[in-house]
Amino acid sequence: MEEAHMVHMANQIAMFFSSYPRDEALAGVTDHFKKFWEPRMRKQIVEYVAHGGGGLHELALEAVKHLQ
Amino acid sequence: MALTRETDYGTPKRASQTMVTLEIDGKSVTVPAGTSIMRAAAETRVAVPKLCASDNLEPFGSCRLCLVEIEGRRGYPASCTTPVENGMKVRTESPKLAKLRRGVMELYASDHPAEMLDASPEGATEFQQMVAAVGLREVRYGYSGRNHLKAVKDESNPYFTFDPAMCIVCSRCVRACDEVQGTLALTIDGRGFASVVSAGDKPFIESECVSCGACVQACPTNSLVEKSFIEKGWPDRTVVTTCAYCGVGCSFNAELKGDKVVRMIPHKAGKANHGHSCVKGRFAWSYATHRDRILKPMIRAKITDPWKEVTWDEAIGHAASEFKRIQGKYGRDSIGGITSSRCTNEETYLVQKMIRAAFGNNNTDTCARVCHSPTGYGLKTTLGTSAGTQDFDSVEHADVIMIIGANPTDAHPVFASHMKRRLREGARLIIVDPRRIDLVKSPHIRADYHLPLQPGTNVAMINSLAHVVVTENLVDEQYVKERCEILAFEQWRNFVAEERNSPEAMEAFTGVPAADVRAAARLYATGGSGAIYYGLGVTEHSQGSTMVMGMANLAMATGNFGKVGVGVNPLRGQNNVQGSCDMGSFPHEYPGYRHVSDDSVRKSFEDAWHVRLQAEPGLRIPNMLDAAVDGTFKGIYIQGEDIVQSDPNTHHVSAGLAAMECVVVQDLFINETASYAHVFLPGSSFLEKDGTFTNAERRISLVRKAIEPMAGLADWEATIALSNAMGYPMHYNHPSEIMDEIARLTPSFAGVSFEKIERLGSVQWPCNEKAPEGTPVMHIGGFVRGKGRFMITEFIPTDERTSSKFPLILTTGRILSQYNVGAQTRRTANNVWHDMDVLEIHPFDAEQRGIKDGDLVSLASRAGDITLPARISERMQPGVVYTTFHHAMTGANVVTTDYSDWATNCPEYKVTAVQVQLARHISEWQENYRQTREITTKISHDEEAIPGD
Repeated sequence: MEEAHMVHMANQIAMFFSSYPRDEALAGVTDHFKKFWEPRMRKQIVEYVAHGGGGLHELALEAVKHLQ
Repeated sequence: MALTRETDYGTPKRASQTMVTLEIDGKSVTVPAGTSIMRAAAETRVAVPKLCASDNLEPFGSCRLCLVEIEGRRGYPASCTTPVENGMKVRTESPKLAKLRRGVMELYASDHPAEMLDASPEGATEFQQMVAAVGLREVRYGYSGRNHLKAVKDESNPYFTFDPAMCIVCSRCVRACDEVQGTLALTIDGRGFASVVSAGDKPFIESECVSCGACVQACPTNSLVEKSFIEKGWPDRTVVTTCAYCGVGCSFNAELKGDKVVRMIPHKAGKANHGHSCVKGRFAWSYATHRDRILKPMIRAKITDPWKEVTWDEAIGHAASEFKRIQGKYGRDSIGGITSSRCTNEETYLVQKMIRAAFGNNNTDTCARVCHSPTGYGLKTTLGTSAGTQDFDSVEHADVIMIIGANPTDAHPVFASHMKRRLREGARLIIVDPRRIDLVKSPHIRADYHLPLQPGTNVAMINSLAHVVVTENLVDEQYVKERCEILAFEQWRNFVAEERNSPEAMEAFTGVPAADVRAAARLYATGGSGAIYYGLGVTEHSQGSTMVMGMANLAMATGNFGKVGVGVNPLRGQNNVQGSCDMGSFPHEYPGYRHVSDDSVRKSFEDAWHVRLQAEPGLRIPNMLDAAVDGTFKGIYIQGEDIVQSDPNTHHVSAGLAAMECVVVQDLFINETASYAHVFLPGSSFLEKDGTFTNAERRISLVRKAIEPMAGLADWEATIALSNAMGYPMHYNHPSEIMDEIARLTPSFAGVSFEKIERLGSVQWPCNEKAPEGTPVMHIGGFVRGKGRFMITEFIPTDERTSSKFPLILTTGRILSQYNVGAQTRRTANNVWHDMDVLEIHPFDAEQRGIKDGDLVSLASRAGDITLPARISERMQPGVVYTTFHHAMTGANVVTTDYSDWATNCPEYKVTAVQVQLARHISEWQENYRQTREITTKISHDEEAIPGD
């Protein structure tokens, strides 16, 4: 998928969980990626983060690192 | 089954705890206090003659035919209006009563077409039955006196006629319109001999009539009668089945003559509709035999080739061969499929099973992706299960009804009538909607509060309502303490109590005066049993799931779960949206909403299906299209869906489909998606198959085959053939065997079987050992997940913003006469009411642009532009425009964007920034559509047009 679209989707997830305490929020975003993102989508975002992850919400960025 | 007539007890059932015993014709009868003598008699199988009485209407006492004698009383009281009393002794037959009744009928008959007095060999109207019942053989007065025999028929409605010559002015039609439908479109004009049924002194088609058919059903003389009945005559058999339109799931008696449907009569015993109907289910069924039906499988090599008709074996073989070729070349995960909310549970189950077991991946999704997927996520997260909490009858006990983002009178009309009855009885009403929907003000109904919020600000509104509940100490503390997770509640309480969530602070976003929000919140929290009903105006937003959780929070905080009259209730769009979700259509979960990564659940399916299953979630529909554009998703099987017309950003959907190497579409018609297909498999209508649908109240009802599949195979049989060809054999002799498998594998369906549904009429899941006859109301005594979980619902404005270039907000929706993409209703006479999509625009916005009613206008967004006629309407608020997506040529979704719900990717149909301007010609997309549609749907009968050539 287009990178901008992927980043937007990931950031939406991160923003929802950002209302929660840090640990809970991080677990929520990571869990969401695992439960609802198909492996090739996760692979794409993992690779995107490996190349810097520009534009990603800090929480999404951190959560993606937990996917690796 | 032969033609059946349902028993009419004459007057409604009463529900008193006090029982009354009396004697009727020497037989002792015990009935609830308040019951009429007529009904008490009918319950002992004594049929008192009647014309103006019907058990879905309050007694009226006008026809004077139901007279009886009561020991110790003078005169001959009407049995319909006389309530039973203890010790009463009633006679329903005597020489005097017979003479009186014959006299009454003779008077009616003297002003009635003589040829209509006798029944035909095939059947009799109620009037004809009464002529026979009273033994009327001659009319002594003749027919030369003043009469109505030359009164002019009203044939303006496409579905029924009104012949005043046959009318006896019994008022049943008027009362049905008032009491059952709640539209109050009919009245009796004039007095005495001049009395006449009137639709407001204008033809029916120009009146307020919504063509629900209640008046036609009520008419005892066939003065109001279906045109299809006039054309085809008396039917000879009845098949009880379930409507294929909206999520109310009305039960109907399909009345047929041979294999031709004569009419659809709402089934009185249907627990979703209680004998009522709307214009779609009652009348708009002729699409099932429309000349556009495709009855032969077809294939083609390229989407620019003409279609070639082939045998089922050839089509299935070609599809399977292509899917296997694609998987061989691009990998196992390069194909997938979409199940249909218009197909049965059994068919949906088979499609997802085929994808998981035969395709070997979890790339299955369903059209709920674009409507109620946030309901699934939101309610499962907070309550523990992905379904509405109440049965429809629960509304009869609601004290405060809050409708959010739904327009029931258009989209769920039969339930709207049910709801309106409760509102006329005095329930209070709060409406949260950008538009002034009909329920804001309609006959005898006026919303206490209409909160006309800006599109995209639902979460701001629900947080404001919750802020009032929390800060004004309106929380049901005891309920929350007993039923909910306290830590999560405290987090939520602290969050919503923040000043930034107050109605005053949020007014800048919602545009709704804070005082109104505060008053509405107080009413919901303190007005008794509070019930929330919602629709796609909640879900189809970037914060759709957040809003669903917000509503669940509010209801938990006020103790509005776990009893009748309360709850959070999604009004589902299509007839089997609930069922298609229940059946495991989503890529991340098996039937019964259990995640594919759950080892024990997955093992149960692996053991039953004898195959290894993937533990990773598959692609959702938009993800499939993204992957197709990326080149990793190359084949798809789409059963009964039209994603090109229904899904957002048509350019993107088209690009995704065009990038695939094998698109298989199964449908009744060559829909818009079929323009991109390589294999077309003919679908079967709801009349042509057995199965079940599950409606918005989790009610599982039987769909019964009324006629043989016109194309030779029912949809479930086609799926089995495809799975077999893919190398994964399936063996089912009847859909009941598929349901048996579903029950074995799905705890919430463990007690469901065709036999049980047949016996009970319908059953609501969960249906298992704990609830062998089903569960009308959920979460009694505790939530499905244990403790209810409050979720923090921060308002995050959508990224779809208005600008100087796109200053208006477009929101899309449905109207009464058309259904979804219109594939069915556009092929019926319903087009009389809506033959094209129009753009509703507020007079202020129209004037600023020099737009007059009916002008062709351009509707442009960042995604694309279309043209359509403008309709100036004060239902809209300034700055907001509205259209429907019922007509393919309009291309409403060319304009909508890729923005979607954060949790589920449900598209944000309800918020698109647009500009509207006068236009001189149709848009480029529409012009291109007009030119290419003919090419992509052409069927060749040329022997040389062989795929692959």
